[in-house]
Amino acid sequence: MKTVKLVSIAALMSCSFAIFTGSAVAADAVSDVKIATLREAPLNVEPTPPAMQKVSNTDVKQSRNYPMQPPVIPHKIDGYQVDLKVNKCMACHDRKQTTDSQAPMVSVTHYMDRENNFLATLSPRRYFCTQCHVPQLEAKLLVENDFVDMDHLIEADSNKKAKH
Amino acid sequence: MIAKLLSILKKGWTVLRKPSVHYSLGFLTLGGFVAGVIFWGGFNTALEVTNQEAFCIGCHEMENNVYEELKTTIHFTNRSGVRATCPDCHVPHNWTDKIARKMQASKEVWGKIFGTINTRDKFEAKRRELAEHEWARLKANDSLECRNCHNFDYMDFTRQSSRAAKMHSTSLASGEKTCIDCHKGIAHHLPDMKGVSGF
Ligand code: HEC
Ligand code: HEC
Ligand code: HEC
Ligand code: HEC
Repeated sequence: MKTVKLVSIAALMSCSFAIFTGSAVAADAVSDVKIATLREAPLNVEPTPPAMQKVSNTDVKQSRNYPMQPPVIPHKIDGYQVDLKVNKCMACHDRKQTTDSQAPMVSVTHYMDRENNFLATLSPRRYFCTQCHVPQLEAKLLVENDFVDMDHLIEADSNKKAKH
Repeated sequence: MIAKLLSILKKGWTVLRKPSVHYSLGFLTLGGFVAGVIFWGGFNTALEVTNQEAFCIGCHEMENNVYEELKTTIHFTNRSGVRATCPDCHVPHNWTDKIARKMQASKEVWGKIFGTINTRDKFEAKRRELAEHEWARLKANDSLECRNCHNFDYMDFTRQSSRAAKMHSTSLASGEKTCIDCHKGIAHHLPDMKGVSGF
């Protein structure tokens, strides 16, 4: 009886040992395989986070990459409160504030509801500015961006036509 | 008339010369002086104690609301490690102003006793009113407390963001506006700003 118990304990222990080593092998295997991910460490390892990047604060407007792109914010917005009580962005970008602030006024579409009726104030669906507009970091690109601008496509297309 | 005045003066002189029943008048005067010094010092010490942040956040009304919010702002942690504490922005450095503010502050003790803002909801409901008192105070003294640390004369516009430089070199420089006109909510969350100019 005693030996049976001992044997079963030993079996259990070796079993759990196998599970441990097995999982370790599996984790290694993940990091070896090149899959499309920005994660540079196995799932069960906490990697050192990259250095924090500075927010670009040049106040110089950047061009839009496509006609309907929400323009990016060319300045810091640290501590700007946007909630039910206040919208700090509108303290400069509201129609009535632009004389003082010389900031661009938000597009008239922001005052339209989904039926295209014009409202007196911001449409609720446009209220939370950072849903669409974001500041930029002075950071190196993590992945290459091969986006081709519409104008370039049109240009390439007309060049092709000209050749024929 | 003159004789009457003289007799009064004479009477006064005899009183001054006469030793009091137990102590001489000289002792009493000196004692009074010493007591005055102690009282004055104590008063000032009391002022100093009540001038520290630890005192302010001794009340949960102050700690749980405004202090918690301050912690996330640039006036709590920043690259230079200079901290602005409650009294830096709320208690004038000038002595007479200090007393005046302290008199106003007895309203806070009243508020504490009657629990005017003893829950978050009550605080939020009263916040606009409290904030308006602070805005009015800073507007009236041309943002004195801000200027105790941020001196306009030493602002280097070339080192500021262009938005900041533009505003500071126009409306601020001309005296048309003061810090608090443009920098509301710099240290705490804002109340509902409906109708406040600039919002
Ligand atoms: C005894 C508890 C207590 C302490 C200590 C305390 N406060 Fe308050 N404070 C209150 C209460 C309660 C109110 C709300 C008063 C009211 O309802 O009008 C208040 C209101 C305020 C207001 C708004 C004033 C206004 O005019 O409406 C400011 C600013 C303030 N406190 C700052 C401070 C600072 C700075 C300190 C430290 C020097 C401090 N408090 C210490 C309880 C306290
Ligand atoms: C105890 C000194 C002190 C007082 C009082 C003070 N400040 Fe500051 N303030 C600082 C420091 C320190 C910084 C951070 C500087 C840095 O490292 O960039 C700062 C930063 C700022 C900034 C820059 C915010 C940003 O995101 O870059 C503004 C705006 C500001 N203060 C406005 C005010 C206003 C308005 C008041 C008055 C209500 C005030 N300050 C009172 C010390 C003070
Ligand atoms: C006419 C409006 C206006 C007035 C008045 C004003 N500021 Fe500013 N200030 C701005 C704007 C706009 C910015 C940039 C945006 C931001 O930080 O929110 C700014 C930015 C700052 C900054 C950060 C500097 C930077 O490079 O971003 C500090 C510090 C500051 N202000 C302090 C003050 C102080 C102190 C006073 C009073 C002596 C004052 N401001 C008065 C509008 C104003
Ligand atoms: C950098 C300056 C600054 C510092 C530091 C600061 N305050 Fe304030 N406080 C203000 C300003 C400005 C207001 C006016 C309301 C606003 O613009 O947010 C205010 C408003 C208040 C109010 C009224 C309620 C409200 O939120 O408007 C209370 C209470 C208060 N402060 C308490 C404190 C206490 C307690 C501390 C310390 C933990 C503190 N403050 C630190 C600048 C400051």
